[in-house]
Amino acid sequence: MATETVRRPRPKGGGAVPFATLFWRLPWLRSLLLLTPPLAWFVVIYFASLILLLITAFWTTDPFTTQIVQVWTTSNFERLINEPVYHDIVGRTVVLAALVTLTDALLAFPFAYYMARLASRRVQTLLFAAVLLPLWASYLARVYAWILILNHSGVLNWSLQSIGLPPANIGYTNVAMWVVFSYIWLPFMIIPAYSALERVPESLLEASADLGARRWRTIRDIVLPLALPGVVAGSIFTFSLTLGDFITPVLVGGAGSTFIGNVVYANIGIANNVPFAAALSTIPVAIMAVYLLIARRLGAFEAL
Amino acid sequence: MKFGAVVAVAILLATACGSSNTSTGTKHRVPPTATLKPLDKVGDGEGALNLIAWEGYVDDSWKKPFQDATGCQVNAKSAGSSDEMVSLMKEGGGGQWDMVSASGDADLRLIYGGDVRPMNEKLIPDWADFQTYFKNPAYNTIDGVHYGISLQWGPNVLLYNTTKFKIAPTSWSAVYDAANKGIVTAYDYPITIADAALYLSKSQPSLGITDPYELTKKQFDATVALLMQQRQLIKKYWPTASEEILDFQNGDAFIGAAWPYQTIQLKGNGGPFADTIPSEGATGWGDTWMLATKAPHPNCAYKWTQWVSTPKVQAEQALFFGETPVNSKACAQMEALQAGSCAQYHANEAGTYLQTIHFWKTPVTTCPDGSENCIPYDQWVSAWTTIKG
Repeated sequence: MATETVRRPRPKGGGAVPFATLFWRLPWLRSLLLLTPPLAWFVVIYFASLILLLITAFWTTDPFTTQIVQVWTTSNFERLINEPVYHDIVGRTVVLAALVTLTDALLAFPFAYYMARLASRRVQTLLFAAVLLPLWASYLARVYAWILILNHSGVLNWSLQSIGLPPANIGYTNVAMWVVFSYIWLPFMIIPAYSALERVPESLLEASADLGARRWRTIRDIVLPLALPGVVAGSIFTFSLTLGDFITPVLVGGAGSTFIGNVVYANIGIANNVPFAAALSTIPVAIMAVYLLIARRLGAFEAL
Repeated sequence: MKFGAVVAVAILLATACGSSNTSTGTKHRVPPTATLKPLDKVGDGEGALNLIAWEGYVDDSWKKPFQDATGCQVNAKSAGSSDEMVSLMKEGGGGQWDMVSASGDADLRLIYGGDVRPMNEKLIPDWADFQTYFKNPAYNTIDGVHYGISLQWGPNVLLYNTTKFKIAPTSWSAVYDAANKGIVTAYDYPITIADAALYLSKSQPSLGITDPYELTKKQFDATVALLMQQRQLIKKYWPTASEEILDFQNGDAFIGAAWPYQTIQLKGNGGPFADTIPSEGATGWGDTWMLATKAPHPNCAYKWTQWVSTPKVQAEQALFFGETPVNSKACAQMEALQAGSCAQYHANEAGTYLQTIHFWKTPVTTCPDGSENCIPYDQWVSAWTTIKG
């Protein structure tokens, strides 16, 4: 009884006190009030739009006025399944996203390893700035810079020719897209890989060395498995960002470089066929759902 | 980025649902607004005017004098494509915008969607001086009813590099010729299909194509097949005028369809470039100021249309944007502003020249013979996806 009187807040007068008492009496109320805005945001913006997307995908449009006709139909999905061009486009998007992810992982791992474990404090700061610096410039400016490098009379061909090699005409091809995507999303792979590598305990490496493992053996058996969740976390970014992009294919790609995003854009922006665009948009959503499930298995969420 | 996309989709869906109530699901042979009576005379201005326009179509140099003279304050929103214009006009059921400077490929969609209403050409004094074709072009006039007043136009010319092509190509076959593999470019837009249909109408008369925008299944499939072949020759489809200029400058493209604007820019930089209208003729675009069905400021809208139809404003806009005025009296004004420009932009051409230009219009199911077997625009869009791969 005595402790209870001590712990009970003393009324000081003023409007806030009844609430303070209320929160103290009903602890769940405070959490409810705190959680409501983010939860409402999450439900309205994320779930409502996703559900709307899914419903719209089963509608169709009047070909003449392009207005939406709210009649339940699976014709949009049938079109996606029956027309081979959409298989090509989805395949191209997924393969390129996977290639970009793989490339970035291979480039980022040694870089992040050096940053996290070998570089001095000062070099580390410098490298961090170097990794993040490109993010200060506009995405478009960086893509255009690559056009200037890769096009017919660009820096690449000019350099090749000046050392007597034949020009590499990779401008406006899928190779160009692969290079540009790999460059643009690289920081998103380096940062998570770095933070995972930094968390590998020194003691484990020492133990490994004490037990006679050489350097490569330690990296293979200790560092790589412990850093893998970080790389997988980074791959979520590189994969999903490539999967959803539609600007780089327009600017850097040539004929036959259409991405899912371009078809979505064309159907909303040009054809005003929102239902078909919605049907198409469910594909990357499904792909990412599968990808995230696998990533969770590999422990990527603990590394984020 | 992904989050932004989700929000964008949510907004798009919201607008889509908002406008879907008026959907009827049937085709209209007679535009829904055909019986609405246009104004008999222009009254006092309402003090404001809300426009949807192409970038550069509402420039201060002719907007300011208009505002001073009429008291109509102009609020203009730039749209990036015909389709953005169509969706802006539909947004919220209309009532926000007064006019739109739509191109021919959007006009029929707006007319049959009931988003625009008939206009009285007698209230536009300069209309009498318009070149005959642009008084009643098929893309904005149906059964003698004007759903807008023509503004400017331009052809889709064949642009080429004169070091590679010493003699001007006389046929569009140059862009379908396997000898030119890897140096061809084309406009990245479904309406490009009409360019190929126009070429086929001359090179394969047996197909019987009379109008490149009204294609039967058989004609359409032949056109798509030609474009699929052409894809092998294409280095890059150009999405914007500046991209094409860059490609010609950098030697990534040597020949392809373009607008006069690109030629003028490329030549202005002193490069070896020229354009031509080949023997088959060319497609072209014609822009129209159209009046929204629920326009809140109709008097100001008529005053604006009167103003932009005058020879002086027509000439100013033509030179500003790189296009051709529809008012035949604008030629002298263009010469005064920039010597030689009237001929350069074909503003003084005879009516026979205009007959070689097939102006963009929305492909609909109605064929030239009145049957309903033709391929509508939404199938053009999906075919374009298939062509580009």
